[in-house]
Formats: sequence, C-alpha cells, structure tokens
Amino acid sequence: MKEQRETILQAKSITKKFGKVTVLDDVNIDVHQGKVNVIIGENGAGKSTLMKILSGVYSDYDGEILLNNKVVNFSNPKEAMENGIAIMHQELNLIPYLSITANIFLGREITNQFGILSTNQMHDKVDELLKRLDCNLSPRTLVSELRVGEQQLVEIAKALLEDAKVIIMDEPTSAISDSEVEVLFKIIKNLKTQDVGILYISHKLDELFTIADRFIGLRDGKMVGIIEDVRNTGKEDLIKLMVGRNIENRFQKEILPIGDDLLGVENLNLIQADNKARYLLKDINFSLKKGEVLGIFGLMGAGRTELLETLFGLYPKLSTCKLTIEKKEVNISSVQDAILNGLALVPENRKEDGLVLQMDVSKNISMVSTDRVIRNGFLNKHLETNLARKYIDSLHIKLSSEKQLARNLSGGNQQKVVLAKWLANQPKVLFLDEPTRGIDVNAKNEIYHLISQLASKGLGLIVVSSELPEIMAISDRILILSQGKITGEFNRTSANEEAIMQAATST
Amino acid sequence: MTTVKSTLIKFQSIIALFVMCVVLIILSDKFFTVENGWNIARQISINVCISVGMTLVILTKGIDLSVGSMLALSGAVAAGLLKYGLEIPSMNTYVGFTVFGAILAGLAVGGGLGVFNGWMITNFKVPSFVATLAMLTIARGATMLWTGGFPITGLGDHFAFIGTGWFLGIPMPVWITVIVVILAVILTTKTKFGRHIYAIGGNESAARLSGININKVKIWVYTIAGILAAVGGIILTSRLDSAQPNAGMSYELDAIAAVVIGGTSLSGGRGSIMGTVQGALIIGVLNSGLVLLNVSPFWQQIIKGLVILLAVILDRLNYANED
Ligand SMILES: Nc1ncnc2c1ncn2[C@@H]1O[C@H](COP(=O)(O)OP(=O)(O)OP(=O)(O)O)[C@@H](O)[C@H]1O
Ligand SMILES: [Mg+2]
Repeated sequence: MKEQRETILQAKSITKKFGKVTVLDDVNIDVHQGKVNVIIGENGAGKSTLMKILSGVYSDYDGEILLNNKVVNFSNPKEAMENGIAIMHQELNLIPYLSITANIFLGREITNQFGILSTNQMHDKVDELLKRLDCNLSPRTLVSELRVGEQQLVEIAKALLEDAKVIIMDEPTSAISDSEVEVLFKIIKNLKTQDVGILYISHKLDELFTIADRFIGLRDGKMVGIIEDVRNTGKEDLIKLMVGRNIENRFQKEILPIGDDLLGVENLNLIQADNKARYLLKDINFSLKKGEVLGIFGLMGAGRTELLETLFGLYPKLSTCKLTIEKKEVNISSVQDAILNGLALVPENRKEDGLVLQMDVSKNISMVSTDRVIRNGFLNKHLETNLARKYIDSLHIKLSSEKQLARNLSGGNQQKVVLAKWLANQPKVLFLDEPTRGIDVNAKNEIYHLISQLASKGLGLIVVSSELPEIMAISDRILILSQGKITGEFNRTSANEEAIMQAATST
Repeated sequence: MTTVKSTLIKFQSIIALFVMCVVLIILSDKFFTVENGWNIARQISINVCISVGMTLVILTKGIDLSVGSMLALSGAVAAGLLKYGLEIPSMNTYVGFTVFGAILAGLAVGGGLGVFNGWMITNFKVPSFVATLAMLTIARGATMLWTGGFPITGLGDHFAFIGTGWFLGIPMPVWITVIVVILAVILTTKTKFGRHIYAIGGNESAARLSGININKVKIWVYTIAGILAAVGGIILTSRLDSAQPNAGMSYELDAIAAVVIGGTSLSGGRGSIMGTVQGALIIGVLNSGLVLLNVSPFWQQIIKGLVILLAVILDRLNYANED
C-alpha cells in the first residue's frame, strides 16, 4: 500500500518507433516522489526519448503513462507542465533578452483588469521562488547575463511556479562548473523534502552516488533493471547495468616515445572584443611534440576554449602570437589557414558549432574533407558514403544509416560524428574541447583509446577538459590555466589532484 | 501506408500542378493548346530564372528583395547601350555595342549589383533584408536616371530573338531557363560550392569552424542572384522590345513565393532548385488559368496569396510529422 502512494508517475509498456527503428521497446518505469530517480544507459539507449514522452514533447507512442494512477496523454509540453511535470532539457529554452521574471511567467503573465502586466507582483513572486532556491539574483536580471548554471536555476524556478510534482533533468551537470553543481545538488535535496520526484540523467557516474536514491537501467531501448539499494552499489554495478558486461574502467594512457617538435606557441595574447584593455589570454607559451597528449585544465572562464579557438584562427584581429608548426613559422589568420596547416578543432558545443543538424551524417562527416569525396570536379556519392562508413565503423557510431539526419542521433553519437568529421581530414594536430561531455562510460573509454592511438600515430593532441581524473588519465603533460594565464605545468609523474587544483585556483 | 503517404508528400506539388491543369482543361477549352502551353512556359521562364537565384540566397538563410530592380536596371542598361551606345563627352569618345556586347554589359550590371549586395552583407554585417531593400530602391532610382523615366524601344530583330525567337521548335526563353535550371541543379547537388551553401544555411557557426569561407560563398550567392535577375531582365526587355523603367516591379514577391511553395525553408539549409521550379510552375499556371477564366485581377491576387499560405501550411504539417 505504501509503495502505491510513493509512486507518482508510471510509464507502462512504452514503445516508441521512429519510422522503422524501435527506440523504446516495452519500457516500464516508475518515478518515486521525494526521490532522485536516476536513469542510466549508454548513448542512444533511449533515455532522452523516454523523457520527451513523459513531458509531452512526443505525444504518439504505444503504452500508457499514469500520473497519480490516472492515465494521461499530454499533447504538448505545456499540458504536461500544467499537470505538474516539468522538464529541463540539456539545451535550455530561455529567451535571452527578457528578464528572469518575464521568462518564468512566459505564457502565464499576471495582468490587472485592464490587461496591463502586474510587473511588481510577478517580480515579488519570482523573488520568493529564487529565495526558495537560495539564489540571490534579482528577478529583473536579463537571462542573457546569466551563466548556464544560473539559467538552470531559472528553469527550476519556472517548474516550481507551476508546482511541479516531477522534474526531469536531462544531463543538467554537463555544462556547469563544480560550484554550480553543488548549488544544484543542494536544491535537488531541498526539492526532495518537498516531495518532488526527480528524474535524473547523467553520464558522470561519480556524481550519481552523492545524489541518487535509485537507479533504473536502460539498454538498447529496453528496461534492464532497477537498483533500489544505492548504498551497496558501486560504479562497476552501474556499468554492468548499462553495458551488460564488465568493462575496463580505469584508463591510463600508455607512455610512448615522444617525437619531434610539432607546435610551438610563443607570446600568445588575446584581448576582449568589447574591452580592448582586458586580456582574456596573456603571455601564453608552450609547445607540443608529435605523439604527445597535452591536457589543459582550468576552471570555467579560465580561457581554455579561447586558447584553442585563438590557435585555430578564430580571432585574428584580437590576438597576437608567434606560431611554429614543425619548426616553421606559420601565420594563421583564419580557420582555412588553420586547416591547411593541419590543425583540427572539435568544439565544445556540438550542436551549435559542430554539426549541421538538418544534414545527414555522411555530409557532416565529409564537411571538412570535401575534396576527398570529389571526383572529376563533382561530389561523388559513393566516395562520400565510403568515407562516412569508415568512420562510423571505427568510432562505433550508433545509427540506422549514414543517411540519418544528424539531429536524430543521440547526444553522444553526435559528438562522435564531429570527431569523425575532423579525423576524416587527417590532421596533424587535434584540439579536443571537452571531448567526452555527455558521452557514456563505454564510449568515453573508446575515445580515450582513440586519443592514445592517434598519439601513437604521431599526431599531437591538445585536450581541454574540466574533469580532473580524465585529464590525468589521458595526458602526457598538463598545463593549468587560470584567468587567462598559465599557472602550472605538470608531467604525468608530478601530477596530483591537489597541486593541480591549487594551480587552477591561483591567480 | 506510411510509404503511400510519404510518396504523396514528396510529389505534392506535382500533384497540385496536375490537379490544377485538369481543372483548367475542364473549365476552359483554350487552356490545353500547344500555343497556350508555350505561352505559359515563356511567361514562367523569367520568374524561374529569378527564383533560382533567390533559392540560393534563401538556402543561405538570406533574402534578396532587390531582384526586381536589378532586373530593370540591367535590362535598361543593355537596351540603352544597344540603342545609343556609350558616349563619354569628357573624353570625347563613343563606344557602340553589338547585341552580344550589350547583353554582356547587362549581365555585368546584375553581377556587379549582386557583388555589392554580398559585400554589404558580409563585410559590414548589414542584414540581407536591409541591404537588399536598400538596393531595391537604389537600382530602381538608377533605372529611372538611365532611362530618363521613358521606355527605351526599338531594339532590333537580333535582340528580339532572345525573347521571342524559336530554336528547334522551342522558344528561346525556355531554352535559356532550362540551361539555368540544369546548371543550378548541378551546382547545388554536385559541387562543393553547393554543399557549402546548404551548410551555411543549416548552421553558419559550424560551417565557419569547418573552414568554409562564409563571406566568399555568400558574395558569390548574391552575385549569382544578380546575374540571374539580369538574365530575366534581358529576356523581358527583348520580349517586349522595350526596356520599361518600372519593369520587374514586385517580381521579388513572385520569386519568393515560388521558392516557398517549392518547399525551401526561409530559415535556411533546406530546399531544392527543382522544388522552386515546381513552385514557379504552380504560380505560372495559376496566373494564366485565372486570366483565362476571366477572374478579376483583384481576386487573382487574393487567390495567389491563399495558395502561398496553403503551400507553406502543408509543408509545415509534413515536417511536424517527421519529428
Ligand atoms: N527524431 C528521431 N528520429 C529518428 N531516430 C531518433 C530520433 N530521436 C532519437 N532517435 C534515435 O533514438 C535513439 C535513442 O536516442 P536518445 O536521444 O533517447 O538516446 P539517449 O539515451 O538520450 O542517449 P545520450 O546519452 O547520447 O543522450 C538513438 O539511436 C537515436 O538515433
Ligand atoms: Mg540524451
């Protein structure tokens, strides 16, 4: 009887197909109130799809959804929201040039009898909501001025306004800093005491143990198990639930002989576009050898992404730098120059900067190396398909065919397509910006092995990551950036977490 | 079931075209004649030329409102040069123009205006809507200046051949248009340049990071749109044997309509040349059908507007089904 009351939302025999592809196959899950219900599964297992069904994004599916034991069928997210189910997508859906209040009350504005907005009343209400979240932002702040973590709080506040009983969070921690994660977790704990049921998805297994109350495993669109006893569960158990077998989970890059000078960076400076007196990067000097993996670690805002982008020719007017490639001085003032000199950059945001979502996968893969799929001056379908298949196979990209649109791939597989696109051009130097963000354990391992393998072929790699264990596992050498300056350098023997964190927080 | 549906969707504009033709054949005995067929084809050809350029622009997520004015100016320049040549009093020189030379000059004017559009849009980041709106009035003003506000007529038989002549039993404008369409289809589907157009429209930032020279591609796209507007202008001038100062007024609207009816998305990156050709056919058949049926011009405009809406709504529904 007690079980009955605890379950607030139930999915019964949910099956979802896209065309001929079955993405969810007879899935049953239940969401307990006042608990963090974690869904785990590999990339493409169907987690996001299931969440979209529960929150009314997809309304055609087989099976039933029960909310408080009543069958519901939401035709859109608004309806789901009104019934107490809110979703925080990984891509936040806020309007940048409106205030926090305007965003929270969007579509539900309070007006007086003349139809004029009761702004103060709404601000007060939002203020109260934000206070409940221990957040002291002003309700009048524009969303465009908020960091990603703060924007998430706004999404949560929005859910609270509707009195949400279930809040779905799809990879909420993939783009926020550690301190923001802490804030989020505190809020989640707080929501639990208010009997809200949380559905939580993440590929960061370590964080799950601090937050999860139960685990639900999805594999290839099927529900494969539930773990209720979190305390006696280890990382290996989770991996086994997701992947179906044990996998090697402690990666450490093997030490390989390192070759000649590949890339030399001297006196790199970058100034801010709208404030020329401010340096985003100052006096950066380092070098990279063939076969070397150089990790770059730093906190959010340290300038890691900007460093890669500057080297890649994105800010020719704002930056100065003396760059040598294979001991020859080169001038890179555009992305085209960078590519001609053998550089490649896998950007941090795959959807915004990596993929053309409405193009098929094969076209995305050949985007940079179009010349390789041209025969007699014209694009050649056959060559293009072959090129795509080669990388789909070698990177184990999960899809129904290379003609599938990039938008219809799961997050992790999209990331692999971006990687494929650059590998297809056979670069000499590969910059990877957060390469494993949103990628499952298994695929993470694959990417680590790939990095290692590319290095052994003589490529030089620069990897930016905000996950310290990851940086330590894959790098031969680690540079620490803090506020646009290099504040530390470690080789793999001298690297330890404490020293690195200290360098990353020093100024 | 789903395959039947998806085939229906795929050939939706062809089906619409077919239905329209059948209705017109039933309602009017003048519609289904060889003469009328060529008539329609000739009328449509100008819109197809312009619409092909417009398609490229819209695929990059831009818009070109200046095609009608560019058409007028390049037609007028070609006509003026052909008839009067070029006199430069200060240098005391006079240059006469052959038909071929005048045509080249007209095309050069279209291309030049297109380059200017592209340059404004890429280099100064003027939104394409604004840049080409400005060009719409600039080029129209320039046409008025060049012609003094009066038509330039009497351009000779050689020039008239382009718009009114026949070759192998097919009107010249149709030949020109078919060649333009074939080249554009190859360009968009088979070349690197075409691929880059789609990539830019689909995600400009990803395209830039993939090493695509966005500015170069865009300038070319607006240049091609200008040249194709000039092609239309020359066909029109030749057909009428006269360059009218107000030629091509609001042609941009018919072109945009053809592109949109043909299923190209105004948000860029999705669409095709053949879609646009079908869209232009639908508009052309509609136009001439309504005239044949003696529908009042006022109603014609209303009906055309409704057809555009209907086409876009259908398109939306299809895409809503897809995801
Ligand atoms: N609109 C769609 N059309 C066709 N296939 C789709 C569509 N959306 C998702 N898929 C497919 O469904 C599968 C599951 O995708 P989903 O996004 O649910 O995975 P996920 O478990 O969230 O993965 P990740 O951890 O990478 O985010 C994938 O193989 C994907 O290719
Ligand atoms: Mg997902």
